[in-house]
Amino acid sequence: MTRKNEPIWIARELSKCSGCRKCEIACSLYHENRIWPEASRIRVFMLVPGTDFPHFCAQCDDYPCVQACPVKALSISKETGAVLVNAETCTACGKCIDSCPGRIPHMHPGGKHVLICDLCNGYPQCVKVCREGEWNVLKKVHRGNRPYKLYARTPEEITRDLVVKIYGEEAEKFV
Amino acid sequence: MIPGYAGKLLEVNLSTRKTKEANFDEEILRNYVGGRGLASKILWDRLGPKWQSVDPLSAENILLFLTGPLTGFFPGGRICVSGKSPLSNGVVGSTVGGEFGVELRCAGYDGIVATGQAEKPVYLFIKDSDVEIRDASYIWGRDAKQTMTILTRECRELLKKRYSQYGEWKEPAMLYIGPAGENRVRTAVVAAKWTHAAGYGGYGAVMGSKKLKAVVAKGTGPLPEVADMEEVKRLMQKVCDNAYENELWRRWGTGSGGYEVGAKTSSEPVRNWQDEWHDERSFGVDQFENRVWIKQYWSDFGCPTCCLKVAVVKSGKFKGAITDNPDYELQAYLGPNLGIFTPEGNVFLASVIDDLGLCGIQTGNVLGFAAELFQRKIMTKEDLDGIEPKWGDVQAFATLAKKIALREGVGDLLAEGTYRAALKIGKMKKIDVLRYAVQSKGMGIGAHGIRSGKDYPEIISYVCSVQGGDHTSTTGLPLDGSGSELWEIFNDSGVYCNFNSFGVPRKVKFDFYKAVTGMELTTKEWCKIKGSRILQLQRAMLLLGGPDVKWIPKTNDANPPRFYEPLPSGPYKGKTTDKDRVEEDKERYYKEAGWDENGVPRSNVLRKLGLEDVDCALEKLR
Repeated sequence: MTRKNEPIWIARELSKCSGCRKCEIACSLYHENRIWPEASRIRVFMLVPGTDFPHFCAQCDDYPCVQACPVKALSISKETGAVLVNAETCTACGKCIDSCPGRIPHMHPGGKHVLICDLCNGYPQCVKVCREGEWNVLKKVHRGNRPYKLYARTPEEITRDLVVKIYGEEAEKFV
Repeated sequence: MIPGYAGKLLEVNLSTRKTKEANFDEEILRNYVGGRGLASKILWDRLGPKWQSVDPLSAENILLFLTGPLTGFFPGGRICVSGKSPLSNGVVGSTVGGEFGVELRCAGYDGIVATGQAEKPVYLFIKDSDVEIRDASYIWGRDAKQTMTILTRECRELLKKRYSQYGEWKEPAMLYIGPAGENRVRTAVVAAKWTHAAGYGGYGAVMGSKKLKAVVAKGTGPLPEVADMEEVKRLMQKVCDNAYENELWRRWGTGSGGYEVGAKTSSEPVRNWQDEWHDERSFGVDQFENRVWIKQYWSDFGCPTCCLKVAVVKSGKFKGAITDNPDYELQAYLGPNLGIFTPEGNVFLASVIDDLGLCGIQTGNVLGFAAELFQRKIMTKEDLDGIEPKWGDVQAFATLAKKIALREGVGDLLAEGTYRAALKIGKMKKIDVLRYAVQSKGMGIGAHGIRSGKDYPEIISYVCSVQGGDHTSTTGLPLDGSGSELWEIFNDSGVYCNFNSFGVPRKVKFDFYKAVTGMELTTKEWCKIKGSRILQLQRAMLLLGGPDVKWIPKTNDANPPRFYEPLPSGPYKGKTTDKDRVEEDKERYYKEAGWDENGVPRSNVLRKLGLEDVDCALEKLR
């Protein structure tokens, strides 16, 4: 259990993902009041069928994206530990994407700023729907002093691992 | 503009390589909704006057990929594929799950209208309003997995190159054909992912005849504006809560039928329907779960049920085969129907069928038919290119399936589907083999029999359906009752997953439709006017048929002869279908549907629905 106003983190067990994309629906409804998969801060990739997984900010211990931003559009939320994007300041230069070990941020398809998971102010909507359906890929936990950066990986890297885990190394050719 | 619609269709002429946007009169959307309903309207308006002469596999046919207003909102995203069917020669609304419909709507289109015929193999790449017809020569001949791998890579590369600032691109969604579709096999599917398929109708062959290998879409916009978002959210939750309660479906999907439908309701095809009962525990769904499923829950956009699973054979001679569950239909048709009772054999054969781009139901049906002819020594080893399809011989059926997909040797004959193959073999052997063909109006019957009377289809479900043997479009009496085809028409026109609508009251579906589109709909209005209009249109085009086959209601509104043989074993041994009752129900159905004693829609009924031109076209059948 997490307490109010305490930094949180979303634990993730990717191989359990059903690919239902309810997290995308919940995220875009919360932030945009529309069902808008490409504007979701959490995105489900399915580069190989059956290896669906959610790709979203890991809030690295050293926040390389925040450091890379040339216009200081990114900040760290004291309450939750999330990376907050100031859409007004952001110039959509893409430096945060290049600095992210997982290339996780992406541009808002309808605007000129980047999208990064803001942990919904401590009540992540994606976790709620994922647990409601008992897929339990996502879990809200207390943010400790852990190497979260390990989780910041590119879609290709994650896919390769999942393909081998699920189908075996023979199936790497499908990536 | 009506809420819930992107507001335009993308029209692609593959002969001239020109694309344009097509808009619709709001009145048409109000009346025909989308998907199957809209497909019927478009096909009638464009091909109606010459319907009988249009060869489904010619450039003249129109191939449609249509969403509906509920696509993406009602949990479980799907898209409806349609056109003039090369199996029934009427119109089939064939839906397939996946994200394609959602991507298309996010790109700003409610659907795609593909006309003409490309000179060389092509695929269509849609990124919002940027539409490209691209070369597909180098992937022509590739199987399902290869096609998806190559196109996913290529299209992501293109996106990356063109929009390098965007960040990582998720894969676009795609619909494609395998070798079977390319070779115009009538039992070929339009596929999604590796294992999803729009099977009924045979539209893979239509796509192949147009030399259209795939349609790929990436939409970066939102789903269309709806009339009442708060209400949509409430209803989404309601539908999901209903599905979460359905533990058996979530855990096992329709696959639980693999044992249950055989053992309990005794309505599963066994050895080409010579029996409908088995209680092989080896084929219990728990065996699939424990032996081959490596992913227990796999789903499409917004789906709470996850009836799909992923299966991999881990040991033995079929090691490495990958497919989905298989679902109940494929378990049955590529299992007991061919005398196969092991999950491994079933998964292997399903993976072969998927890779080739064949329909597991229709191909399982024609394979069972061929095997029975072999059993009866009507077709010999020589007739079958040296293959001996003995019941249970997985490898023999896999070899035959490959020949079908490539139209090689005897495969060319079986590639015509059960009905047409039966006509040809009958002529060849000078013996009536239609009695072994378990089909209705050219469509192999889904894996739910009627003889035991314990499964959901009624005795006229396939007889009177406007989509023939399609088990997802069965009908029943009364016409406004829960077993009526009018509700399948609603699902397929709103275009969402009917599995997620099980147990969802009709009112909730209408509420959903209203929350999205802002339009009221009542049972009476749907059954008497809007749904009925779509039903009449489909019936009209089915009866007009042509050019190679034509259905006479008196003889072809019928169950396959096999359904009148007594069940040979099991708890309902001896039970069969009462022919007199079928005739009585059929008569009642004709009356309720507004069809005359010959099964042709009545003039006054059509005119009341504003279908004067349909009435004129049907005059010659009366």
